[in-house]
Amino acid sequence: MQRIGVFVCHCGSNIAATVDVEAVAAAAKKVPGVVFSADYMYMCSEAGQALVKDTIKNEKLTGVVVCSCSPHMHENTFRKAASSVGMNPYMVEIANIREQCSWVHKDRELATQKAIGLMQAAVAKVQLNAPLTAGTTPVTKRALVIGGGIAGMQAALDIAEAGFDVDIVEQKPTIGGKMAQLDKTFPTLDCASCIVTPKMVEVAQNEKVHIYSYSEVTDVRGFVGNFTATIKRKARYVDEKKCTGCGLCTEKCPMRKVPDEWNMNMGKRSAVYIPFAQAIPKVATIDPRYCLHLTKGTCGICSRVCEAGAINYQAKDEFIEEKYGAIVVATGYEMIDPGAYDEYAYTQSPDVVTSLEYERLMSAAGPTGGHLVRPSDGKEPKKIVFIQCVGSREEDSCKGGKPYCSKVCCMYTAKHAILTKDHYPDTDITVFYIDVRTPGKLFDEFYRRAVEQYGVHYIKGAVGKVVPNPVTGKLEVQGADLILNEQVHIDADMVVLAAAIEPSRSARQVATMLTASMDTNGFFTEAHAKLRPVESPTAGVFLCGMAQGPKDIPETVGQAGAAAAKVIGLLVKNELTNNACVAHPDEWMCNGCSQCEKVCPYGAITYVEKEFKMPDRTKKMRRVAQVNEAVCQGCGACTVTCPSGAMDLKGFSNSEIMAEVDALCR
Amino acid sequence: MQGELIKRAVGLMENGTVNRVLGWRRGEFVYDITPSVFSDKDDLEKNFVYNEFCGNNLSRYLVQESEKEGKIAVFLKPCDTYSFNQLCTEHRIKRDNVYIIGIECYGKTSADLLREKGISAILDAKNNNGTLIVETVYGEKQIPMMDVMAERCVSCKSKKHVIYDELIGEDGGVLDSHRFDQVEEIEKMTAEERFNFWRGELSRCIRCNACRDVCPACTCEKCVFDNPKSGIRNKGAADDFEENMYHIIRAYHVAGRCTDCGECSRVCPEHIPLHLLNRKFIKDYNELYGPFMAGAEIGQVSPMCDFTKEKDAEPSIVQKGGAE
Repeated sequence: MQRIGVFVCHCGSNIAATVDVEAVAAAAKKVPGVVFSADYMYMCSEAGQALVKDTIKNEKLTGVVVCSCSPHMHENTFRKAASSVGMNPYMVEIANIREQCSWVHKDRELATQKAIGLMQAAVAKVQLNAPLTAGTTPVTKRALVIGGGIAGMQAALDIAEAGFDVDIVEQKPTIGGKMAQLDKTFPTLDCASCIVTPKMVEVAQNEKVHIYSYSEVTDVRGFVGNFTATIKRKARYVDEKKCTGCGLCTEKCPMRKVPDEWNMNMGKRSAVYIPFAQAIPKVATIDPRYCLHLTKGTCGICSRVCEAGAINYQAKDEFIEEKYGAIVVATGYEMIDPGAYDEYAYTQSPDVVTSLEYERLMSAAGPTGGHLVRPSDGKEPKKIVFIQCVGSREEDSCKGGKPYCSKVCCMYTAKHAILTKDHYPDTDITVFYIDVRTPGKLFDEFYRRAVEQYGVHYIKGAVGKVVPNPVTGKLEVQGADLILNEQVHIDADMVVLAAAIEPSRSARQVATMLTASMDTNGFFTEAHAKLRPVESPTAGVFLCGMAQGPKDIPETVGQAGAAAAKVIGLLVKNELTNNACVAHPDEWMCNGCSQCEKVCPYGAITYVEKEFKMPDRTKKMRRVAQVNEAVCQGCGACTVTCPSGAMDLKGFSNSEIMAEVDALCR
Repeated sequence: MQGELIKRAVGLMENGTVNRVLGWRRGEFVYDITPSVFSDKDDLEKNFVYNEFCGNNLSRYLVQESEKEGKIAVFLKPCDTYSFNQLCTEHRIKRDNVYIIGIECYGKTSADLLREKGISAILDAKNNNGTLIVETVYGEKQIPMMDVMAERCVSCKSKKHVIYDELIGEDGGVLDSHRFDQVEEIEKMTAEERFNFWRGELSRCIRCNACRDVCPACTCEKCVFDNPKSGIRNKGAADDFEENMYHIIRAYHVAGRCTDCGECSRVCPEHIPLHLLNRKFIKDYNELYGPFMAGAEIGQVSPMCDFTKEKDAEPSIVQKGGAE
């Protein structure tokens, strides 16, 4: 028979205002097995913990129930306290009478009744609890960074700085990400490539960092400290080790009509290509969709001109497997396709561009060499209209609209306006906005400069329609000025759409592999919105950059550093304490059906043929489940799948749960 | 056909392929059939029977029989082969120890079904191209087979043998059986009507456990209803609702594994349409996860044990933040 102590916390007035804590303590005294009960103002305080510890010793308690806040908050606190006086920590149960009771109810009498019920359920569970001991597993001292943009590169560099090996997996042929495509950065107007390309070089030169470009993570197994990832190295048809990046093949390639993704498809590139001059790794890649040799079996010029003999048309996708202790998700973002917002005529006129396309038109390394011209006729635009929030802050999800603010558009539009005016002072620029959001260091000053110093027209209001006029070649913009309450008509030469930002299309697949959760918008969710902003709820998986939500470059870099710090904190440990609440099968009841093996997300279950001495003294070989306790994370999927109930979870056994339910139903 | 089956079974025993044969044993009456293992040729020749009453699905007996020394031959009707595959998938049958002879089936009847049509004192029955010719004490009677066939045979899902070592007779195809029509009717009821329907049907349950004992999906080493540690062990229920729960729990336990063989309803002495519970699950699976037939092939993963499917109806693992 257990000797159970029940400790009821007031949590100041958090619990005591709605729940009669004294009544709960009094009711506890009547529950069989409870030998002590008390209430106290703050059970988590030093004095409160001392009360628990002293009572365990004085009353020779074998189990403890603390009626307080969510176990997420203080279960560990009380388990440590109990453990310090010799009680097995798993003999402590929390009855959550705050989040699940006092905070959600108003009626004091009913809330008190419910609190008593929750207390009784916890006591019923402790009655059946057994002491548990957790094992340990070693930590693989290597990190995986998924995504080689500014977030991934920064995280990798910071982890490498601490002396750990890091692999960056980037799906594009080069690292650098979206930042490398930008022209300048707000609010300081630094040249983006001038600051990102040295970072890329730093990554390439760091001995601890290994880049898998043109690669994808296709499978992740294991758990914190012991992940095993499968990386698909897509066939490049160019030997990375032999290619010198001389670019001869790209010059000689006769297939020159491939839309250049690097320039947002506004320019053309060859079928064998190096995305841009500072690409890292600086090796060519053959695009199998366009290569004449790979599609038609003709040509073969690149292999003839390559002096290094790096071209290999027979290359196949390769899969490599690597072990990691921690994973950083830095999958970044894309812009939504504004084609669905056809009122803006994006699909009808080449002179309606997205902000990222505009960025390339401005860039000295862009398709026009930095000369801002209209894509349709190559003339310099004299009137430009910027439309904000295209798909942002909008509930119309059928058009691909997003309910959230994409955060960076206000600032980059101000940047576009300033840069345009700088180069072409006679350009007339109008910005249609819902709100101008500039919270950030030097942000508002920057925006005001655009308005006051550069004379950019900011109009609060929406654009109803953009109509391309085939005769004049102008874009007729019809909008509303909400402040002056009048219609606005502008004959623009170009229209720039600040299309909403959305998570990378590969993010969902990554989330599924990692069993990391996503929010409704497809961004990775943090373990705690305020207190654990760079950790995923899945242990060992960390987040940074736009994968977690819209943010600008300094925020991304800061977050990457934070994620790296968390990774380093994990990798410096030699071993991790396992979860003690692991699955274990009753071998006599196990049918050997393998259903648990199929549902186990961690691969913790295997089957063995084992000899059993049967009741009739014969011996029999039976197929039974085995749980690798170091790998099991205690999710419980196997226990509910097992048809015979042979699989059970320590600390959350079926009988313990049933006892709780019974107590609640009594 | 019976003669052909006996001849083949004897042949397999004589040439040493198998040392036992799992089939149906003759009873006192023609409709009085028992599944049986024959290890003696004379016994087999004398007592093996195959007729219009041999509805029993023999697959589940192989869980124990395939463990034994030597190979056993078994006669499986098309629908029985699905159960066989499912049991192989679950590693419950040692495939190598079984020699499967697939046999044709045109639907089975039972003495109860004949009696409902006023035909009793049955001496023999033969299916002659869709007409059942019944010999009774009172003379010969004829009735269309469809009128006296078990429901599971009227809405037969497949004449295809999904596994066999040899076939006697022809192999058929998967049929468009309309077997979910009845489920649809129940779905159309209001919640209250449905509740009352099932309360009414299940109120007749005498908790004989026959449905569980005959079910090829219910082959657990120790059934939860027999396990004192499970918390739901009981034979005599505390109230009549607990009796109902037995069937609901059982339906959940076999969900994704039930091949819709209909044995549960066949053996129910109270004629409770238990198969409809299982069929509801099968229908839901088909609608939520795309067509799935338990036992269609060895090694397939039930939708309920497969979390990675993109088409998952509730991909909660990747969307803990809330549904889209």
